[in-house]
Amino acid sequence: MRISCPCCGPRDRREFTYYGAADYLNRPALDADASAWDDYLHLRDNPAGETRDLWYHDPCGTWVAVTRDTVTHAVIAAEAVA
Amino acid sequence: MMRYSGFRVFTQGLTGNTGWRAAWRKPAPKPEYDVVIIGGGGHGLATAWYLAKNHGITNVAVLEKGYLGSGNIGRNTTIVRANYFLPGNSEFYSHSLKLWEGLERDLNYNVMHSQRGLINLFHSDGQRDAFVRRGNAMLAQGDDAVLLDREGVRRMLPYLDFGQARFPIYGGLYHPRGGTARHDAVAWGYARAADQRGVDLIENCEVTGIDVENGRVTGVQTTRGMIRAKKVAMVTAGRSGQVAALAGMRLPIESHVLQAFVTEGLKPVIDHVISFGMGHFYISQSDKGGLVFGGDLDFYASYAARGNLPMVEHVMEAGMTLMPMIGRAKVLRSWGGIMDMSPDGSPIIDSTGIEGLYLNCGWNYGGFKAVPASGWALAHLIATGQPHETAARFRLDRFATGHLLDEEGTGSQHNLH
Ligand SMILES: Cc1cc2nc3c(=O)[nH]c(=O)nc-3n(C[C@H](O)[C@H](O)[C@H](O)COP(=O)(O)OP(=O)(O)OC[C@H]3O[C@@H](n4cnc5c(N)ncnc54)[C@H](O)[C@@H]3O)c2cc1C
Ligand SMILES: [Zn+2]
Repeated sequence: MRISCPCCGPRDRREFTYYGAADYLNRPALDADASAWDDYLHLRDNPAGETRDLWYHDPCGTWVAVTRDTVTHAVIAAEAVA
Repeated sequence: MMRYSGFRVFTQGLTGNTGWRAAWRKPAPKPEYDVVIIGGGGHGLATAWYLAKNHGITNVAVLEKGYLGSGNIGRNTTIVRANYFLPGNSEFYSHSLKLWEGLERDLNYNVMHSQRGLINLFHSDGQRDAFVRRGNAMLAQGDDAVLLDREGVRRMLPYLDFGQARFPIYGGLYHPRGGTARHDAVAWGYARAADQRGVDLIENCEVTGIDVENGRVTGVQTTRGMIRAKKVAMVTAGRSGQVAALAGMRLPIESHVLQAFVTEGLKPVIDHVISFGMGHFYISQSDKGGLVFGGDLDFYASYAARGNLPMVEHVMEAGMTLMPMIGRAKVLRSWGGIMDMSPDGSPIIDSTGIEGLYLNCGWNYGGFKAVPASGWALAHLIATGQPHETAARFRLDRFATGHLLDEEGTGSQHNLH
C-alpha cells in the first residue's frame, strides 16, 4: 500500500501512522453536550468500501486525509489537512 | 441423536466408519421464530445453545451468510485465558474459563481444550510491577497466576534468546490454566449441541434488512426471504457496523484486519502459549505440529480479511528476536480476520434503543476465549431482559457516560487496543 503525501509524493505505507476516521476533523465546540463528544470520539460509520481517514506522514510531519477503499486497500486520493 | 464417545469411535472403526451421520440438520427457514440470531460465529452459536439449555428457548434460528465457522471463529489463534485486570472484565473472563473447563462434557464434543499454560514475558522493572499487579488481580478473582523470574522462564522456555539486549527477558507472568482449543471444533460443537435441542442453523442466509415497527423489532429480511421474529440478536463481530446500520444504528466500532501465520508441522517444540507483548508477537504449537503465531493489527480500518506485507515482516522479525530457532521453520499459510475494535478495547453485550433488538460486538482480538461466557450472558439478557451479573458493565452507553473499560489504558482510539 502506497499513499501519495501532498508534500513528498508517493511513499510506502510504513512511513505513515494511521490515526482514525476523518470524523476527528469535526471537533465539537468546547461547550457541546456529551453526545456530540461521544459521536466525535467513538461512533463510526465504519464503511466497507470507500472511506476517508487520517494518516500522519512521519518524515515530513504532514497530516493527510486519505480517501481509500477498506475492502480492496486501493488508495483513491490524499490531501493535506489544512 | 447420536452421542459421541470413545466406544463409538472404536465400534465405528471396526465397521468401516459407515455409521456417522451429519452433525446438524440443514433446515429451510420457518416463517417465524421466537429468537433470530444474526451471525453463525462462536458467539451466535453459543448464544443459541445457552438459550436452549439454560432457558428452554428452542424456537430459535441462527442465520449465517456464509457457512458456519467461516468468520473469525475459524480464523483465530485459539488462545483461551483469564488474565484480565479491570473489574467488569475480570469476572467475565473468569466465568468464561470455568465454562471452558466443562465445555466438552457439556457439548459432548471434543474441542481439544488444552490448558498448557500461558506465559506473558516482561522486560523491565516497570513492566514487572505491572504484571505483579495484574497477577494479584487474577488471584483476587480466584484464578491462577505465578510470577516467574528470569531463571524460572529459562527453565520452562530454554529456547528463548536470553542474550538479546533490546528486550532482555526479566521474567514472566505464568497463567497455568491458560491454553488453547481447536477453534473450528468450538463452532461445530456448539452448532451440533444447539441443533440437537431444535435450534435451526441456516447457512447461506444473509440478513439484508431489520424490520422495526413502532420501536419494536418484528423480523428480518434475508437472501432466503423474510423471517419474522419476536427478538433479534446482532452477533456479527467485524460486520457489526453494517448489520446495526440496517436498524439505523451507528456503533462505536471500527473494523480492522488482524493477521496470523502457521508453519509446516514440526515435532513438539513449544509446550506453552508465549506472549511477547513488547515485540507484538505471540506463539503456540497446534496439535498438528504447526507453529501458530501472530502479532498486532495492520492498524488501519479494513474489511479485506487479508493483511499487508509490512506487518508480516514485523511479526517475523519479532519472532526471530525472541526465539531465533523458528527461523528454520517454513511458513505454510497466513490469513486475516475482520476485527470489531471498540474505543476502549472491551465488548458490548446489551439491549438497544429498539425493543427486542440486542447487540453483541466489540470483541477486538480477544473474542475466542469469550465465546462461552458471551453466549451465556447474551442468552440471559434475551431470556430475562436483564444483563447477566458477569457482563453487567458491557453496556452500549458506557462510551457516552464515561464508564469505559480501558484494560490497556491507551485511550479512545479504536486501533490502539
Ligand atoms: C488472526 C486472529 C487471531 C485471533 N486470536 C485470538 C485468540 O488467540 N484468542 C481470542 O480470544 N480471540 C482471538 N481472536 C478474536 C476472535 O476470533 C473473535 O473476537 C471472535 O471469533 C469474534 O466472534 P465470532 O466468533 O462470533 O465472530 P465470527 O466467527 O466472525 O462470526 C460472525 C459471523 O457473522 C456473519 N455475518 C456477518 N454479517 C452477516 C449478515 N448480514 N447476515 C448473516 N450473517 C452475517 C459472518 O459471516 C460470521 O460468520 C483472533 C482473531 C483473528 C482474526
Ligand atoms: Zn510527506
